[in-house]
Amino acid sequence: MSTSVKIRAKAKGEKVVVKALWTHPMETGLRKDKNSGELVPANFINNIKCEAAGKVIIDADWNATVSKDPYLSFSYAGNKGDDFKISWTENNGATGEKATKVK
Amino acid sequence: MKPSNKRRLFLKSAVATSTIGVAISAGLITPSAVLASWPESAFTAKKSADAINALFGGAAAESDKVMVDVADVAENGAIVPVKIKTTLDNVENITLLVNENANPLTASFNIQPEVEKEVSIRVKVGKPSDIIGVVKADGKLFSNKKHVKVTQGGCG
Repeated sequence: MSTSVKIRAKAKGEKVVVKALWTHPMETGLRKDKNSGELVPANFINNIKCEAAGKVIIDADWNATVSKDPYLSFSYAGNKGDDFKISWTENNGATGEKATKVK
Repeated sequence: MKPSNKRRLFLKSAVATSTIGVAISAGLITPSAVLASWPESAFTAKKSADAINALFGGAAAESDKVMVDVADVAENGAIVPVKIKTTLDNVENITLLVNENANPLTASFNIQPEVEKEVSIRVKVGKPSDIIGVVKADGKLFSNKKHVKVTQGGCG
């Protein structure tokens, strides 16, 4: 299943409030499949980057212990109409990104 | 996707793979280095202090200028909202560890000055545990913690 992210980037004065919600199982590799009894392989987002107006402002490494369907929220100094982009890498090498404008 | 694009992608990946393959066989880079810069030794450390040391090369001093915001009791350990904030200046990194998890290090955020000194994220907590927040500011390490009880574990 492919990973996706919903981003809300909203300006409040000179500040932009970002809320991001991924759809991802975040498998630790320790969980057993209920039917087969076999371990479900580790599958998790291990790096995310947030880019505001072309500059990487957050570069974060994650473990599989971030909850399933990861949620991240933060604020930064920015303005309405600015470009905002989130990109990510998964432990199996998959990558993805999504760009939006600050509303 | 148009056939020409597909071909281009294939060529790209073939070139990339062979370059890395050659580099590995020549002993230039280890396989873990190929997987970008994910600090594996820090993420697989079994103790918080070891993880912090592997990540930053030092220990953190306790400080009430780091605030860990988490509920006293979390009903579902699979989804525990945590907020870490700080009043320190020149913050470079905010890191979160769940002390009792098998691998405590959960998330490490390198942040630029534009970012407000506060991040919120949801984490898994296997059993009652201290949630540790580490902040690197002015090149120094500071930490604080808060205990959370979980009624249903979130790992496994």
